[in-house]
Amino acid sequence: MENNTGATTLERSFEKVNEILKKHGYQPSNLIAILQEIQAEYRYLPEEILTYVATALGVSPAYVYGVATFYAQFSLTPKGKHIIRVCDGTACHVKGSSQVLKVIRETLGLEEGKDTTDDLLFTVETVACVGACALAPVITIDDQVYGLLDEKKVREIIEAILEQEGGK
Amino acid sequence: MHFKDRAALEGYIEQLKSRPQPRRVLVCMGTGCLAKGAQKVYQSFVETLQRKGLNVEVDMDTSESSRHFALCSTGCMGICETGPRVRIEPEGIQYLRVSPEDVEEIVEETLEKGNIVYRLVQQETINGETRYWPLVKDDPFYRKQVRVVLRNCGSIDPESIDEYLRNDGYRALAKVVTSMTPDEVIAEVTKSGLRGRGGGGFPTGRKWQFARMVKADLKYVVCNGDEGDPGAFMNRCLMEGDPHAVLEGLAIAGYAIGAREGFIYVRAEYPLAVNRLRKAIESAYQAGLLGENILGSDFSFDIHIKEGAGAFVCGEETALIASIEGKRGMPRPRPPYPAQSGLWGKPTIINNVETLANVPQIILNGAEWFRSFGTPSSPGTKTFALTGKVKNTGLVEVPMGITLRELVFEVGGGIPGNKSFKAVQIGGPSGGCLTEAHLDLPIDYDSLCSAGAIMGSGGLVVLDEDTCIVEVARFFMSFTQSESCGKCVPCREGTKHLLGLLQKIVNGTASMEDLELLEETAQVVKDASLCGLGKTAPNPVLTTLRYFRDEYIDHIVHRICPAHVCQAMKEYRIDPEKCKSCGKCARVCPVKCISGRPRIPYVIDQDRCIKCGSCFEACPFDAITVEWRRKNHE
Repeated sequence: MENNTGATTLERSFEKVNEILKKHGYQPSNLIAILQEIQAEYRYLPEEILTYVATALGVSPAYVYGVATFYAQFSLTPKGKHIIRVCDGTACHVKGSSQVLKVIRETLGLEEGKDTTDDLLFTVETVACVGACALAPVITIDDQVYGLLDEKKVREIIEAILEQEGGK
Repeated sequence: MHFKDRAALEGYIEQLKSRPQPRRVLVCMGTGCLAKGAQKVYQSFVETLQRKGLNVEVDMDTSESSRHFALCSTGCMGICETGPRVRIEPEGIQYLRVSPEDVEEIVEETLEKGNIVYRLVQQETINGETRYWPLVKDDPFYRKQVRVVLRNCGSIDPESIDEYLRNDGYRALAKVVTSMTPDEVIAEVTKSGLRGRGGGGFPTGRKWQFARMVKADLKYVVCNGDEGDPGAFMNRCLMEGDPHAVLEGLAIAGYAIGAREGFIYVRAEYPLAVNRLRKAIESAYQAGLLGENILGSDFSFDIHIKEGAGAFVCGEETALIASIEGKRGMPRPRPPYPAQSGLWGKPTIINNVETLANVPQIILNGAEWFRSFGTPSSPGTKTFALTGKVKNTGLVEVPMGITLRELVFEVGGGIPGNKSFKAVQIGGPSGGCLTEAHLDLPIDYDSLCSAGAIMGSGGLVVLDEDTCIVEVARFFMSFTQSESCGKCVPCREGTKHLLGLLQKIVNGTASMEDLELLEETAQVVKDASLCGLGKTAPNPVLTTLRYFRDEYIDHIVHRICPAHVCQAMKEYRIDPEKCKSCGKCARVCPVKCISGRPRIPYVIDQDRCIKCGSCFEACPFDAITVEWRRKNHE
């Protein structure tokens, strides 16, 4: 990373972090909410920001890191622009969610062990249950719920987004 | 509108009730219907009504015109599979699977002429005769249901405080803060016999009493909306469909124990619930029903929302407290119980969303009324999320003591596709399986316990003959294993081993010794874990072993999967008649278990085959067959 560009993005980003910290009154009890807002801003939790947050709240970096790694929602690696969550709750599981996941990974060309596409457009995750079991199998893309899926539908949904993105 | 005392509130409610009710078009905006395009249906109603010059009020405003319609978006109506749903009141006509194109017809036929559009109505074909259920009250899905907690879900606009008030909203809170002592409130709740709806079934009144007795400068009440069970969404529907009921229940709990601050802990996966609760809190503050000196009394109460960040263990009360404090959500040993020392060391009570939503009803109608539903030991109703292999999937509320048969076959409409019923998985990853033998068991806390299951939060997954019980147990174990917080060894290591053993069984590589080890380990995890997550994690394994042992033995000894689910129990064979010895299959086989020579049919070595199916796809002559292994297979 070039030093100057790095410095400017960081400075810019710390400004935003400072706003979030201030809003929460620098209270360690609001750590989870603070991290949630930071992640909404950056799509993940950059390590230097975690250290910065720890200093600002007066707790150890290990404490912040511990919280960030405990909860499923937080990611320490960059995530894609669109987050596809494949529900693997009981009802979805019984109705074939693993097939849905397979089709999504195939469509996006994700190889084993990778969850984010190289162009940072998509991240695929599985979640335990989005609570729309009556529509199993379900996926959510950026909090929009798609239900009663089959292979064809899944492909159509993803291709529609790809088309949108390609058209920009 | 800001109410300075009880009389002002009561007066306003009377005023709301005395207004002529316009005909209402209710469009369900629960997560399920939204996913199926309810927003477009709603928009289409707005456009159609306006185009036709029908006076439409999108919010419940006053207007005396007889040609007046009110359009309103509601929370979940309960039967999500048939969404988007539209209901027309006062007649109670219900339409299902409504698309924007249908709206015109509904407006012309039903709203203008009063006819029913039969093609959109719930229908049932019995012995070749089709019957229609145009009205909500006749629908078999609703017939057995009793709506106490969900009384407003699907019939009011959750984002309008007036709608809630018109249905006696906040009258219970007003009654409590102006005319009852905290002890009287606790006595009423205790008398009602209300038990914790989060699954534990602890008497709510007794929990409040504990916290009331502790002397402290600060106390807290927490509403547990961390519905993490896969296959459960009752709390979500309630928070999305009737958020004010949750707030009112929480405020009453606060008054009863002497707290002035409450928290609602909601899963991060429920963004819509969070938004609606936020809106509800805002309008309750504006109306003077939250904040300083509520309705002119000495009682002040604030509510904050805390969003979870995705950890199943945070449904456990001590872990939930740690999470609200901004720490890792790890449980701690009890005692001290949160009622003595909870949030920031202060006395805290934690009640489930559904428990709290029952409270205003109990205060308004009395404990006796509440006891008229359900069984003596488990009064009231229970909401269930009915899912899996059942016709009517959705949200139901039934009196305690209903039998499983009524729930699955009458409310749920039975198993689709003429398949046979196999089991019901109740209580999520901490629960157990119930079988055909339990169909006539009345469902309450105690009967389920004796059958080896638990009430749990109310997830109820129906399994048919095509579901492999061992795979279901493996699925739940993989869930609890990944959600185990890692603090105590029995749960951290035990769930890992249990999962490994179940994986072996499913892969067809287990022996009978593994089965013994599985049972033994399950028992240890159950006995020795620190918190409820670990203590109940082996339940799915233990109950399936108890009721479906044969199926485990089929997997282990005979290497067959009766439900045809476990891929390892398949067999790929090459038909010597069709095989042209081209060798394509041998070339693609990743484990090189196919052998042969030119002009001699190729053979698959069954012991080494990993059932990947590559050969099956590669064969140009359809010479490879795939079959499920059967018993007595040579």
